[in-house]
Amino acid sequence: MKRLTGFVQRWTVFVLAVVIWQFAAAAANHPFFPTPLAILEQCRQLWFTTESGSFGLSDYVFEDVLPSLARLATGWVIAVVLGVSIGTALGRSRTGMQYVGPLMAFFRTLPSPALLPVFIIIFGLTETMGVALIVFGAIWPILLNTVDGVRSVDAVKTETARSFRTPRTQWVTMVVLPAALPKIFAGLRLSLSIAVILMVIAEMVGVTNGIGYQLIFAKSQFDITTLWSWIVLLGILGYVLNLALLAVERRALRWQPTRAARR
Amino acid sequence: MRPFVRNLIGLVGFFLIWEGAVRLGLVEAEFLPPPTSVAARMVELLGTQEFLRDLIATVLAWLIAVGLSVVVAVPVGLLLGSIPAVRTSTRLLIEFLRPIPPVAIIPLVMIVLGSGPDAKIFLAFYASVWPILFNIIYALDEIDPLLLDTARSFGNGRIRTLATVALPHAAPFAFTGLRLSAAIALIVTVSTEYLAGSEFGVGAFIIDVATTIGAMDQVLAATVVVGFIGYLVNEALERLGRRIFGWSDTVRTENAALAQTAGVA
Repeated sequence: MKRLTGFVQRWTVFVLAVVIWQFAAAAANHPFFPTPLAILEQCRQLWFTTESGSFGLSDYVFEDVLPSLARLATGWVIAVVLGVSIGTALGRSRTGMQYVGPLMAFFRTLPSPALLPVFIIIFGLTETMGVALIVFGAIWPILLNTVDGVRSVDAVKTETARSFRTPRTQWVTMVVLPAALPKIFAGLRLSLSIAVILMVIAEMVGVTNGIGYQLIFAKSQFDITTLWSWIVLLGILGYVLNLALLAVERRALRWQPTRAARR
Repeated sequence: MRPFVRNLIGLVGFFLIWEGAVRLGLVEAEFLPPPTSVAARMVELLGTQEFLRDLIATVLAWLIAVGLSVVVAVPVGLLLGSIPAVRTSTRLLIEFLRPIPPVAIIPLVMIVLGSGPDAKIFLAFYASVWPILFNIIYALDEIDPLLLDTARSFGNGRIRTLATVALPHAAPFAFTGLRLSAAIALIVTVSTEYLAGSEFGVGAFIIDVATTIGAMDQVLAATVVVGFIGYLVNEALERLGRRIFGWSDTVRTENAALAQTAGVA
């Protein structure tokens, strides 16, 4: 019952806000602030016009949205694989972090969007450039959180595993990584939102398709309603991605006592 | 070997490999200039008036944005967080607004506000208000009911309980939020200058030297300067936080705050 009222409350306020927005925008009738209904209609026209597309989706979906998602996924997955494996190795090693720790702190503070010109000149205006930028920006939170997580394995587990002579691979995959998972997931979420930002920036400057490109294109055409539509899409995308990652996290960390108790 | 020596070996080793790779011709110096020339350019840039002016423009916009976000986020966070009904009912609204990446609204902000300082201040403010706001709401949500009940059973009113129990509980979380905000705001400020074609600012400087003379050493030097400022601010805030909030369980706070704000950057 309490959950239900919470649900109703949340959606009521959300719907109310949208309705107020609708009336305010309609009353103001300002060219920069179209009504939500107009934006929704534009979204429908942009992505769900069937005349030229297939599956009821338009060319924009196949030529901009999906390539954007592919870039994002490629860059992020590479960052995850590299970050977790290097992070685990460094976390296990006693002195590894002492050698590279300050270096990584240095790299992490570099504002990655500002490095775009360097990436463009090294990789050219190619697909690789965007992916490389995403990997460079997204890897640090994953890597550093993995190191932290791997270090947090408690001594009892370490000694138990040692006294059973657990083989190294089993020790890493069945003791160290599960213990590090909560930290790793915190890093994953941070890196995912960084990856979305870098995807948009790379597309705004470096390539000729994708959501970022369409944003800049709509701006140059002064097509404000379309601009709003792409922004809404990015909002939904960020929301869904975060939700999906949270679901995976909840599933992966179900065995954790503190989490079970909280629910 | 002392840890400090190992730190040094790591840093020096990295720069030596980079320098060597360029000198041996493995990497084109035009594409990736060696660290010695980046360092030289950095010293040079810090002596020129134009670059310093850009740097000041960036730092000022950033300071204003972070200041504004504190002024807005703290009262709003306390208001939204301390009344349960308001907290649950506004959650969905915030959940939908939060994931819109600040860079996505750059084109819109450019059309509405132009490409002057207002645009970058607004965008940096928009980006940096969420971590603080979120952390306060989250902290007030997670507060131990026993503490509140104890305060109440001693006859404290709502306002007094808020001031003496909830506020001290939320303060370390808010501070962690501020640290994240400061980092995010700096990056957004530079990105906006870069993408919106601002007249002044380090971002404007970078795009200028990159497109006109293709001087990657200057691009890297300017980027490192910005990174260094971000690093110093983060370090200073971290120390300040440890000093002010040494009594709270900082590790736990940090984790919870990080997990909460993850979607914001």
